[in-house]
Amino acid sequence: MINLPLLPLLIPLITGVILMLFPNRLRLQRTFSLVSTFLTIVATIYLVYSVRKDGILTVTLGSWPAPFGITLVSDMLSALLVLTTSLLVFFVIWYSMYYLSDLHQRFYYYIAVQFLLLGVNGAFTTGDIFNMFVFFEVFLISSYVLIVLGGKPAQLRESLKYLLINVISSALFVMTVAFLYGIIGSLSMADISQKITEINQPGILSVIAVLFLIVFGLKGAIFPLYFWLPGSYQVPPTPVLALFGALLTKVGVYGILRTYSLFFSHQQQFTHQLLGWLALATIVIGVIGALATRDVKQILIYNIIVAVGVILYGVSVMTRQSLEGAVFYLIHDMLIKAALFLLIGVMIGIAGSSRLKDMGGMIKDYPLLGWTYFIAALSLAGIPPLSGFIGKLLIVRGGFEAGDLIGPFVVLISSLLVLYSVMQIFIRGFWGTPKTYSGPKRHLTKQLLAPALALVAMTVLYGIGTEAVRPFISQAVDPLVDPTLYIQAVLKED
Amino acid sequence: MEIIMAIAAGILTMCAVYLILSKSVLRIIIGTGLLSHAAHLLVMTMGGLKTGAAPVIKDGVTQYTDPLPQALVLTAIVISFGVTAFFLVLAYRAYQELGTDNLEEMKGTDTHD
Repeated sequence: MINLPLLPLLIPLITGVILMLFPNRLRLQRTFSLVSTFLTIVATIYLVYSVRKDGILTVTLGSWPAPFGITLVSDMLSALLVLTTSLLVFFVIWYSMYYLSDLHQRFYYYIAVQFLLLGVNGAFTTGDIFNMFVFFEVFLISSYVLIVLGGKPAQLRESLKYLLINVISSALFVMTVAFLYGIIGSLSMADISQKITEINQPGILSVIAVLFLIVFGLKGAIFPLYFWLPGSYQVPPTPVLALFGALLTKVGVYGILRTYSLFFSHQQQFTHQLLGWLALATIVIGVIGALATRDVKQILIYNIIVAVGVILYGVSVMTRQSLEGAVFYLIHDMLIKAALFLLIGVMIGIAGSSRLKDMGGMIKDYPLLGWTYFIAALSLAGIPPLSGFIGKLLIVRGGFEAGDLIGPFVVLISSLLVLYSVMQIFIRGFWGTPKTYSGPKRHLTKQLLAPALALVAMTVLYGIGTEAVRPFISQAVDPLVDPTLYIQAVLKED
Repeated sequence: MEIIMAIAAGILTMCAVYLILSKSVLRIIIGTGLLSHAAHLLVMTMGGLKTGAAPVIKDGVTQYTDPLPQALVLTAIVISFGVTAFFLVLAYRAYQELGTDNLEEMKGTDTHD
């Protein structure tokens, strides 16, 4: 199938359009979104299999040859990320059916989720830098809908800020693309990567690299640009928060990973060092935030920032090992963050509040929830044999290998503090004297726990099955280490 | 010509930054509008401005305009149009719910300790 990379985009698009026809038939909406997302997963699994077998797949839209037309490129990295995204969206839809009120779901919730899936999958798949901007807008507009849906005063207030930040970052994205186009005269990422070596203008390229860092950093919440995240992510309901935390920041990280490996890999002294220091500062600031708060949502939200820092540190080192670690940890973090958010969603549903002082002793009545959370928390911190361990190990080893002595220590100490911060939830929420809870969703605990449990099981398998996953990760890193593989696959030379 | 356009884009950005830094939501929205205008103008300028030629390549045609920046700008304008419309509606709803359009009064979140 030549058009295989298109399927993970087309299925959500068509589903979203069809779902618009009957917004009030809730049962049909749910079944239809679940079935079509499942089809997306099946298509993506086949995509991963094909990429494993045949190498990088490309589709040139409208059959315009590569540097002129828009190309969709599925290398192993984007195929794996698309697979993870589709899986997460499936579980979040399953969870939302029980978590959100019927009224909430009727207001085009599933449609917005499908378009979010389309945008994120598109951003991962596209091989054209301007097309990436367009897909960014697609998922951003869906995210505006999702964050404001519900219409509480706090949601409206925070959506205004979220929207403003993203409008500014989009304008910067267009400007950055303009600068790049002015110098290179091309938008195809493979073509840019090839031509960027030929022009010898390190000054302007550094400017563009930093602009890309700002654009993607605003999305991915790196150190000085993370300020909007804790406030904005506090307000949407938990399933939406799981989608945002697991997917949206990671798209920003993917953007940095892609541009910094394809475009700016030749002069690394300034840009990659800057990225490294910012990543470490991101880790420190995230850890401080996670330790300082006593709100379960906020603890995990600050942990998103820590994870972004860890992944980007791996990217900044740019050795094969650290990149493998970064990709491994990226996928791990998408899965585990979604699982943790779904789990604390159950806790909030039981307690009716996200503050830790309103919780306590839950392990007595909800032992399964407690122990699932415990495993997920250990996995987040990177206790072997769970999945966080391998990624961090590779990143730390890569860091030491590159002769950096500070970065790996920061990553290691941050793991300890991350463990402490998530164990706060376990100790204060599950231990202690049991309270009588009157949360609105405590009768739904079983239904809500099922998708969360499935996701945690998946991360455990991802960790235990590292041997089986490693060749895929290794193949995903190949074009990052050696951009010529990517260029040749897209431009079909020699 | 390119220099003048670049300066114009810079002035637009300057005004946009000034407006975005103000407290009133409406001014901020106008600021984002100006910011996206600046970005679009910059795309046009970066593609190179050649006057008096059509974006067509045929045998024997030596002067042509690059059509790509125009396509990019068209896409970007449509997107920023949609987002601005959404932003205005959101600002109106927020004004109805919160009773203010002053960002100074929209600080903090209720759930923070």
